[in-house]
Amino acid sequence: MLDDFFTRALLAGLATAALTGPIGCFIIWRRMSFFGDTLSHSALLGVALGLLLSIYQTLSVFLVALGISVLIQWLRGKTNLSSDTSLGIFSHGALALGLLMISFLPPSQVDLTSVFFGDILASSAQDVIVMSIALVVGLFVMRVIWHALLVATVNQDIATAEGVNSKFAEFTFTLLLTIVIAFSFKVVGVLLISALLVIPAASARQLTSAPEATAIVASVLGCLSVIGGLVLSLHIDLPSGPAIVCFALMFFITAFTYRRFRS
Amino acid sequence: MLIRAENLGIKGHDDWRVRGVSLTIAESEIVTMIGPNGSGKSTTAKALLGIIPADEGTITRKPSMRIGYVPQSLNVSRNVPMSVKRFLQLTKQHKDDEIKQALALVGLPYVEHKQVADLSGGQLQRTLIARALLLKPDLMVLDEPVQGVDFAGEIALYELITQIRDQLGCGMLLISHDLHIVMSQTDRVVCMNGHICCEGAPASVIENEAYLKLFGPKASEFLALYHHDHDHHHHDHDHYDHHNHDHHNHKDKADSHA
Repeated sequence: MLDDFFTRALLAGLATAALTGPIGCFIIWRRMSFFGDTLSHSALLGVALGLLLSIYQTLSVFLVALGISVLIQWLRGKTNLSSDTSLGIFSHGALALGLLMISFLPPSQVDLTSVFFGDILASSAQDVIVMSIALVVGLFVMRVIWHALLVATVNQDIATAEGVNSKFAEFTFTLLLTIVIAFSFKVVGVLLISALLVIPAASARQLTSAPEATAIVASVLGCLSVIGGLVLSLHIDLPSGPAIVCFALMFFITAFTYRRFRS
Repeated sequence: MLIRAENLGIKGHDDWRVRGVSLTIAESEIVTMIGPNGSGKSTTAKALLGIIPADEGTITRKPSMRIGYVPQSLNVSRNVPMSVKRFLQLTKQHKDDEIKQALALVGLPYVEHKQVADLSGGQLQRTLIARALLLKPDLMVLDEPVQGVDFAGEIALYELITQIRDQLGCGMLLISHDLHIVMSQTDRVVCMNGHICCEGAPASVIENEAYLKLFGPKASEFLALYHHDHDHHHHDHDHYDHHNHDHHNHKDKADSHA
């Protein structure tokens, strides 16, 4: 089954989108989309490092994103800069560093188009297996931390005062986010990772009124975008990443319009 | 005793946000903390609840004490899609009729299926109180419960708070930067400004020098209002001497830590 490149691409994409749904919901509820953006841009640095050191790219992207998110957390409260400023510094710093590193590599070794727009059609059987494991583990972990994370998102102090242990949940969530980013750069490219996190969740928000429903609908819309984008890019030879994101955007416009007309 | 803090101190970036705070809240006692912005009221309350760690001193809580926390409504995220009913069960499940009862008590009988995002500021405040009282807490902590509520709403909210205390018999810690009706509905007032300036029964605190210094003209204005309010309990019109005498006694009883 994994012999066909299209099947592999489809499976890898679906696994990623199913996981970005619930995680993306928390990204928008916690107003972290800029944080997600920063980690996405660090993915370019991760790709460059992976090529330079010839290690599995998903791993190098994960490690760099993890390092950057640890740095951001550590810097919090140690500077007089607002958090969007320090995020901006890391975001563009990582992007520039990554671009510089890539310029040192021989052009034959890097396909910039696939770095920027995603390389999902080149997914290997290994990618599919790794992403499927990540999906199962990721959804299970989200299920475990869901309640504590939800309470802490509504109000951190209520969580602590009423004995909900949210510190672990928040830490785990950041870890999951970096993992998801490491997977989604292959699907939509480094520039569009946070689109896959934010857009399906924002569309689901238009259609639902309970947190769990929003997470499920976001996963479904993400998966539909992957299917639509892949089919389209196969038939009229479009870059797959942008095609997937455009499908997600179309769903958002539809959901938004539906909500406007319903009320 | 529900909570006791001894010599509590919490550090800010380069100075102490509060220091030397000793405070006890007894069962079913209403304690109000007042003080200007930045005087460390919320900080103290959060340390009492274990939300932020104390850098100095000790805090003793009654074992297995149930806490109902009402945060400042501005700090409650309305981004999460959630019905009021779900919101009321954020940290614990409740029966349907209990939820209806709690909403009726706070005067919001029809909002159960509304989204939290669609509530007005005052409605969210009442919902937060309903959420806390559903927990049947031993201690309810309310941080600025009348913020963003108009004057009439403010009176109603304080009446509600007293009513809840009478029904649940729980202890209450109220935090307020404002002087109004707080006073008449409370057992004990703690006046803060980085430390405890003075504390005692409302009647004694409002004449305490440290308190008057802290709140200035606003305090004198309130003093007049307070006297006026209490005049209604007397039939005669020559009660001013009587009152002054009364407050004089209270003043002696107020323990000033300033």
